[in-house]
Amino acid sequence: MKFSFSDEQEEFRSVLRRFLEDKSPTTEVRRLMETEKGSDPEVWDQLARELGLTAIHIPETYGGQGFGIGELAIAVEEMGRALLCAPFFSSTVMAATAILKSGSEDQKQLLLPEIASGETVATLAVAEEDGLWDGSSVVMTASESGGKYVLNGLKRFVLDGCTADLIVVLARSTNGLSFFTVKGEATGLVRDSLKSLDPTRKLAQLTFNAVEAELLGEEGGAGDPLRETLDVSAICLANEMVGGAERIREAAVEYANMRVQFGRAIGSFQSLKHKAADMLLDVELAKSAAYYAAAAADDDDEEVSALASLAKSAAADAYMQTAIHAVQIHGGIGFTWDNDTHLWFKRAKSSEVFLGSSAYHRERLMDEWNV
Amino acid sequence: MVVINEETVRAEVRTWLEENWNTNLGLVEWRNKLVDSGWGAPHWPTDWYGRDLPVGLVPIADEEFDRIGAVGVAKMGIRTLAAATILTHGSDMHKEKFLRRILTGEDTWCQLFSEPGSGSDLAGAMTRAELRGNKWVVNGQKVWTTSAHHADFGLLLARTDVDVPKHKGMTYFIIDMHQQGIEVVPLRQMNGHASFNQVFFTDAEISPEFMVEGLGDGWKIATTTLMHERRGADGMRRYTQASDRPERIYREEAQEHAIALEPYKWYPQRAGRVDLVLDRAKQTGKNADPIVRQEIAKLMIMAKSAEWTARRARAAQEEGRPQGPEGSLGKLAASYVARAANRVHTAITGTDSMLTGDDSPMDGVIAEILISTPAISIAGGTDEIQKNIISERVLKMPKEPRFDTDRPFREVPKNVV
Repeated sequence: MKFSFSDEQEEFRSVLRRFLEDKSPTTEVRRLMETEKGSDPEVWDQLARELGLTAIHIPETYGGQGFGIGELAIAVEEMGRALLCAPFFSSTVMAATAILKSGSEDQKQLLLPEIASGETVATLAVAEEDGLWDGSSVVMTASESGGKYVLNGLKRFVLDGCTADLIVVLARSTNGLSFFTVKGEATGLVRDSLKSLDPTRKLAQLTFNAVEAELLGEEGGAGDPLRETLDVSAICLANEMVGGAERIREAAVEYANMRVQFGRAIGSFQSLKHKAADMLLDVELAKSAAYYAAAAADDDDEEVSALASLAKSAAADAYMQTAIHAVQIHGGIGFTWDNDTHLWFKRAKSSEVFLGSSAYHRERLMDEWNV
Repeated sequence: MVVINEETVRAEVRTWLEENWNTNLGLVEWRNKLVDSGWGAPHWPTDWYGRDLPVGLVPIADEEFDRIGAVGVAKMGIRTLAAATILTHGSDMHKEKFLRRILTGEDTWCQLFSEPGSGSDLAGAMTRAELRGNKWVVNGQKVWTTSAHHADFGLLLARTDVDVPKHKGMTYFIIDMHQQGIEVVPLRQMNGHASFNQVFFTDAEISPEFMVEGLGDGWKIATTTLMHERRGADGMRRYTQASDRPERIYREEAQEHAIALEPYKWYPQRAGRVDLVLDRAKQTGKNADPIVRQEIAKLMIMAKSAEWTARRARAAQEEGRPQGPEGSLGKLAASYVARAANRVHTAITGTDSMLTGDDSPMDGVIAEILISTPAISIAGGTDEIQKNIISERVLKMPKEPRFDTDRPFREVPKNVV
C-alpha cells in the first residue's frame, strides 16, 4: 500500500525499533564505528537468526522470508534511525538483490540461502574511480581464458568491501557489462579500506589483478539487472535516510524544548519553532516519497526507476537539510564530538552522494519522464 | 425498529426522487420541496429540515442525486458556514428565519471577521457594537469579505466591551447587509482581480434579537464558524460542476454557480499550476536547459511528495488510524509548491515573463501565475501562523509569551488605522 502500512507492517516496525533501541544505542554506534570491521557479530547473528532480517526480501525458495521491498524498506528505515552498524545494506539490499536479478536458477540456489541466513556477508562493487553507479563508465575488464573469467581493474566506494565474504562485481567484456562473483579472499584481490567520512559506513577500494571470477547470469546481460538493483538500492537508501532524518529532527526539537536561554526554553522562540515546522514538513514529504517508491517496487509499477530517483533525491535533500538545522538548533554543543548529532550529519552527507547525487537523480527523473 | 444503512437510505432517496424530481420546476420551488422532505440536508436535525442521517451516509444520497442529475440545495459560498453556525449556536427564531432560505439559495451570506488592523490576530478586532436605545449600533471596518457586494446577511464579529481581555469582549451578530450604514467597496488585489470587499460600517443597526448567544460569546462562536470553514462545512460545500442542460432548473443553477465561483477563478493560478510545467517546458524548448530541468525536477518532486503526504493523511482518516503529523502540513506544503512553481514558470517563460494579458503566454494565464502565488501563503492563515500551529500543536513546543490576553483590551497596543 502506497499510503499506509498494514497492521503487520506496523507491528514489524515496532518490534524492530525496540530491538534496535536496545542493540544500537549511540554508545554502541560510537564503539563500533572506531573498529575496522564496523559491526558486532553477536548483533548480526541475532538480526539474522532471531529476526530473519537478512532474509527479508529473498524468496522462500532461496531460503528467504519472501517479503517485499515494502518490508525491506521498513527495516532499513529503522536501521537508519538507529544508525545500526552492520553490513546489511551491502549484503541484503545490494548484493542479494543483484544476485536475485541477474543470477541463474542454480546460482540463486547456491548463493542466496547463505546470504539469507547471514552466514555469508556479500557486497556489490559497481563504482570505480569516477564514483558513478550507472555502469556506463565501467572500465574494469573481464576476459575469458580456458572457460574461466579473469577480472582486472579497480573498484571504489564498495560498502563493507574489506570484510565481505563474497563480492558481486560489475565488469566489461567484449559482450558488454556482466556481473561476476568473487570470493573475498580470492588471489590477486587487494582490499584497502578507504577513510570514510561517515565512520559508521565502511568503504573499501578493491584492486583486481587477474582475479578469477564466476560469471553471474549471462555474459553481457547486466544492463537490466543493474538498473533494477540500483532502483531497489536507491529506494532502500531513501527509506534509510528518512529514518535517520526523523530521528535527528526529533532530537533537535527535544533539545530546543529543554535548553534555556534568556530565561525561556529556546523552543519558545518563533525562529526555532518555524525552523522545526519546516523540518517536519521536509521529513514528512520525503517519507511520503520513500514509502510510495517502496510500494511501487512491489507493485511492479512501470515508473519504478523514475520513482526511485525521485525518492532518492527527495530523501537526500531532506536528510542533509535536517542535519544542518539539527546542528544549528543545538548551537555550539551541536558542533562537538560528544554530542550525537554529527553521527547522523555524517551519514546524511555520505548518503547525499552515495548511489548518485540529487542532481544526477533529478536529471534521471526528467529523462524517465521524457521531458 | 427502523434500520438505517446504505441500502435503506439509497432506496428511500431513490423512491423520493423518482416521485418528485422535475426539471421544469423553478430552482427555489424545487429546493423548497427538498427542504420539506429532509433530503436537502439529510444530516441536519429532523426538527430543522434534515433527517438526522449519519454524516457517513450523506454520500449515498449525493450519489442518487448525481445519478439522475437532480439538483441539490444551495451549497456554495459562505451560506454553509452561516448554516453550520446557526444550527450550533442560533436561537429558534434564527433557525426559523434563515435556514430555509440558506438551503433554497434565496439568501447569500458573507463573513465579517477580518479587519485592516487584525488579520492573523482575529481576536484583536476593533469594529465596535454599542447598545443605543433598543438597537446595537456598529461602527468600524471589515476587509477580505467575499461576496459582501451581493450578500443579504453577514456574520459579524464585533467588539462590545473594551474593559475586559480581548477574547471576552467580542459578540457575534447576524447583520442585515441591506441598510444605510453599510458601504461595500471592492478590494483590488495585486493581480488586478477584486475577489473580496472592504465593508465600512457607519452607525449600522442590528436589533438585539440578532445577537447570537450572549454578550461576550463572540469568540467561541467565531471558532465554530472557522472550524467549519476548515472542514469545508461538513461536506455541504461541494464545488459541483453546473450542468449545461437546457431545462429551466439547470439554467438557474448554472447562474448561481457562476456568481458564486466568480471570485475564485484565479485560484488555480494562485496554487502555481504545476500541471502546466512539463508541457510548457517541452513547448518552449526549455526542456533542453540542464538548469531548468533541475528546477523542474525539484518542483515536481516537492509537488508529488506533497500530494502523497495528503494521501497518507487521508488514508489514515479512512482507515480510522490515528493521523500522524502529515495531516497538519498540507497548507504549508501548498505554499512552498506554489512559490517553487512560480520560479519554474519564470525560468521556462524567460523574457516573456515581462508581459501580461494577451501578450503573455497562454492568453495571460502564465502572467497570472507569476503575480498570484503570493496569496497562497497568506490567505486562510499565513505560513507563519501555520508554523506556529504546527510547532505548538504537533511538535508540542512552548508557546510564545503573550502580552495581550490577560489585560483589558483597552490597554493592548493596537494598529493606528
